[in-house]
Amino acid sequence: MRALTLPARFRRDDGDRSGQGVLCLVLLLLLLALACLVSLGSGPTGVNLGHLWLYLTGRGEALAVQERVVLEAVRLPRTALGILVGAGLGVSGAMMQGLFRNPLADPGVVGVTSGAALFAVAGIVFGHGVLAPVSMALGSQFLPLMAFFGGLLNTWLLYCIATRGNQTHTTTLVLSGIAVGALSAALTGLLIFMADDRQLRDITFWSLGSLGGATFARVLSVLPFVALVMVVIPFVARGLDALILGDAAAFHMGIPVQRLKRLVILAVAAACGATVAVAGSIGFVGIVVPHLLRLMIGPAHRFLLPASAIGGGALLLLADSVARTVVSPAELPIGIITALFGAPVFLLLLLRRKGHHHRGDAA
Amino acid sequence: MIRADAVTVERAGRRLLDSVSLTLEPGTMTVIIGPNGAGKSTLLKALTGELELSSGAVTYDGVRLAAHDPQALAARRAVLPQASELAFPFTALEIVRMGAVAQGALDPSAAARTALARVGLSGFEGRAFPSLSGGEQQRVQFARALAQVPRPVEAGIARALFLDEPTASLDLGHQIGVLETARAFATEGGIVLAILHDLNLAAEFADRIVVLYKGRVVAEGPAVETLSDATIATVYGIRGAVGRMPAAHIPFILPQARHGASA
Repeated sequence: MRALTLPARFRRDDGDRSGQGVLCLVLLLLLLALACLVSLGSGPTGVNLGHLWLYLTGRGEALAVQERVVLEAVRLPRTALGILVGAGLGVSGAMMQGLFRNPLADPGVVGVTSGAALFAVAGIVFGHGVLAPVSMALGSQFLPLMAFFGGLLNTWLLYCIATRGNQTHTTTLVLSGIAVGALSAALTGLLIFMADDRQLRDITFWSLGSLGGATFARVLSVLPFVALVMVVIPFVARGLDALILGDAAAFHMGIPVQRLKRLVILAVAAACGATVAVAGSIGFVGIVVPHLLRLMIGPAHRFLLPASAIGGGALLLLADSVARTVVSPAELPIGIITALFGAPVFLLLLLRRKGHHHRGDAA
Repeated sequence: MIRADAVTVERAGRRLLDSVSLTLEPGTMTVIIGPNGAGKSTLLKALTGELELSSGAVTYDGVRLAAHDPQALAARRAVLPQASELAFPFTALEIVRMGAVAQGALDPSAAARTALARVGLSGFEGRAFPSLSGGEQQRVQFARALAQVPRPVEAGIARALFLDEPTASLDLGHQIGVLETARAFATEGGIVLAILHDLNLAAEFADRIVVLYKGRVVAEGPAVETLSDATIATVYGIRGAVGRMPAAHIPFILPQARHGASA
């Protein structure tokens, strides 16, 4: 049925971009598959593409032991982690922008990531002291959960501060985001000051923001959070679309607005917290990916959210492959790569909006 | 039937609506008029379930509004808001499609096309909403409301259209076009409530006019009874303007005169 109607839907002037949305999702999945191959194949130790193919098709016994170990113990968990982290970042960015009705809202820019980082550091510092029982009970889920609560706290704070009378002003949003982020950073600094040598080493290691040191245990610790966000997508997509017309219009169209907002805030905090906990702060993926996708398929969330997840995963894998090859055998922190690519896009967006129309500021 | 019983709304110590009672019958088009700040939009919000009442009740077929969930309400009534802006460039079709999705249309895109055609915007489907003129945006929003309640009566229950200044940024031709569509919705058994500033259009299209002044209903009934010199003088502070010709050197345009001309 869909295949039959597809050609008609491709006409750009008919206003229905569902065809483009479906096509884009398919292409992004291909891109993700390609990025997986690149990620599995790149690094200080070369893995021959032919060998990689043999391995992936279940004929791994043909590979040298060293290659197999590299693939199984290093590349596979790293690639899986990259997909999860990238997907989490992409989707939480897109959701946050929908919630705030502002294409510049990004968990990194508006201080949600800092909140997650604060709580993660608190987890490291107090994990063997006051919070030891909790830390013991939760095991590898402890840091992601801490980061989740930190992200939740800051998202909620920000929403209360920046959204007045059904609107979120860009200026208020960004400024209060900076303030909330600065407060979190200051508290993080205080914690670092209090930390002993061993905790300091843990913090430094963690805050470099890298996919390095990925293990399947880590993959499993983020998986539930990212999975939760993916499950939430179909329940919030229609509501987020309606919300762009305003709270009142969304309510008129049958959306339980407050419940929707709570769900989105929870999902953003979960995705953001979990990714920060395992990979540190990686900026701009959440802005750049949804923005580029909106240019291609429009802002309808039933396509934008899954596309941001897949696109975010692919982008992060590619950035990570660059990070570990350009200065090989050393590694660049992946945050540097995403910022180099993302910050100019962010500025461009800001400038274009400024030139666009002044009243757009209130949107 | 939608009823407001002694609805009072207070905000920050100010009484925005003071014991307003109103009945919206199926098959009738009711128009609210009144000066700025009279509480017209507040009354509309109270009736659509958007606003917490300080006292009184709004009932849809005898059921109190608070008992309705947003989804059940969405099936009963659609609302055309005053001009609004969009942070993201949806196409006209995508906006109208949201109304069709809220209605539960099996093919929301097709339903959206039909609604756009009803407001005379066929061919505008692919245009980005922010790139449209104010009047075109208003009509797209009107199409969205129509897509949400495409049939005036469904399963024996009348659906309602609430229109907050539907003619605000439209030219004369489109003002009449939108009101004729609303009028037809009422004639076919639906409920229409509109806020209008143009008293001539109100006089022509309304079955009943509700004159709101300082949060109270000061007059209610057919145009002939409500649009009197006395009421207009109390409410707007303009005297001697009802049913008289202006001075000879001022041209005047009365849209309702077009019926006389064609007859």
